[in-house]
Amino acid sequence: MEKLEALHLNNKIDARVRKNSIWKSIFFLSTLFGLVVLAVLIIRVLFQGMSWIDIDFIVGRLSTTAENAGIMGAILGTLWVMVVVIPVTLIIGVGTAIFLELYSKKGRFQSIIETNISNLAGVPSIVYGLLGLTVFVRLADLGNVVLAGGLTLALLVLPILIVSAQEALRAVPGHLSEASYGMGATKWQTIRRIILPAAIPSILTGAILALSRAIGETAPLTVLGIPALLIPFPEGLFDTFTALPMQIYYWTIDSSLVAEYANLAAATIIILLIILFLLNSVAIFIRNKYQHRY
Amino acid sequence: MSTLTENKININVNDTVQTNESQEQIESKSSVIYNTQNLDLWYTKTHALKNINLEIRENEVTAIIGPSGCGKSTYIKTLNRMVELVPGVSTTGAISYKGKNILDKSIKVEDLRTQVGMVFQKPNPFPKSIYENVAYGPKVHGIKKKAILDEIVEKSLRGAAIWDEVKDRLNQNAYGLSGGQQQRICIARCLAIEPDVLLMDEPTSALDPISTLKIEELIKELKKNYTIIIVTHNMQQAARISDRTVFMLNGEVVEFSETNQLFSNPKDQRTEDYITGRFG
Repeated sequence: MEKLEALHLNNKIDARVRKNSIWKSIFFLSTLFGLVVLAVLIIRVLFQGMSWIDIDFIVGRLSTTAENAGIMGAILGTLWVMVVVIPVTLIIGVGTAIFLELYSKKGRFQSIIETNISNLAGVPSIVYGLLGLTVFVRLADLGNVVLAGGLTLALLVLPILIVSAQEALRAVPGHLSEASYGMGATKWQTIRRIILPAAIPSILTGAILALSRAIGETAPLTVLGIPALLIPFPEGLFDTFTALPMQIYYWTIDSSLVAEYANLAAATIIILLIILFLLNSVAIFIRNKYQHRY
Repeated sequence: MSTLTENKININVNDTVQTNESQEQIESKSSVIYNTQNLDLWYTKTHALKNINLEIRENEVTAIIGPSGCGKSTYIKTLNRMVELVPGVSTTGAISYKGKNILDKSIKVEDLRTQVGMVFQKPNPFPKSIYENVAYGPKVHGIKKKAILDEIVEKSLRGAAIWDEVKDRLNQNAYGLSGGQQQRICIARCLAIEPDVLLMDEPTSALDPISTLKIEELIKELKKNYTIIIVTHNMQQAARISDRTVFMLNGEVVEFSETNQLFSNPKDQRTEDYITGRFG
């Protein structure tokens, strides 16, 4: 101990401990910043919109008079779009990830594809709107219907899902698949029985992120020419529709004309958040069911 | 390469059977199950196995010893072609298993691996129940009936000497077991596909001495019904449980003989240096 004291190690320890607590507070403040901003936003929206939410607002049809306006059309539109987006992104996204991660040979071609997919995740959403407009609305001549909107949004979030599903598959410990191959299982049996069940929790985390993005996107829908003022409810994939974010967008813009529209927009944001929350809790429920430690 | 020719002479001296023709094999007390001839293996550019010639006999325990990186794990993984999971592996030469060259592309690896089970270094049960772990192999091979699966699971767990410890908690996750128990579950999982050969890649290196002892006792028991090839870092273990021992160094087989002889009277200076602890 004498030697240690002679070297003034104690002083250095004090400095190190101080540094440690400084860094800890920096990280804590970063977390706090996000939480505070989120809380302010939510509280503001709640105050502005909560009193406007009632049964008539939820199940009612659209109206130009603020008091009579309902958003059932937009809710149904958003749900119908999700009916397209969820299966398309999950099947194509997870399929692509499985191919890239487990079947294709690692090499130049593979890394070019992967780099491109990562870059696609960063392409502005309005560009996807243009793509959707060209391919689905005009070329495939679908018009601005649920299917066209859903496919466009699916394209938009596919890169996010592919990248996160790839990471999920990569994180499955190699010794598990080795054990399976070692018993004479084929690649597909190993994927279906061992790798996918182990990767599902993380894949769903990616799916939650992707869906949250898709459900809130406005820009690509504007480009597709999705109307905000639409009285009839969509009943299928080939009906024209409007979606909650479109509704929020137009009501916010028009609030300069009719002040109450701002409150309607806030109320719609609350409904959108609730739907998002419900969809995500389904994913979280499935995720917890599959959560294993290994 | 004078040592290499010495090896071949050693092998020939120790073996009662000089050639691999089947008529002569019958005369031996146990016949050759694996016959490796002129096997070379490369990981992309690295020459990992160099001209391996080995005959492994049925119902014996063959231990492979040698320092880290000598190619012993690579060799054992070639015997069920698991080595192919590493990208960029290429081989030349032949390994005949029951008379068929398993390096031939026409051999289905799934079929080979059903006959040749493997136990790994780290216990690697699936994140499933004990029952599902053991039933995995039979299910993969298409057995669906619950009664048959129940029977296989019990038989395999008994075979791996762990039935009494887990019979009351078959539906619990295998991760709740100790490391040694997990390794015996992995052995049971292997037995469930009724292989002829068990490849063991340092099966006790992650275990404590008591668990190691249990696995070693189990190996002696399993020898009656299975051919066992075990890679080990532990020379005492090789001496305790094996009938024949292979000493490998830098991708070559330095010496292969009966275990007693290899440890008491090694022919090669390098073997002697290794087993007396001068290196490795």
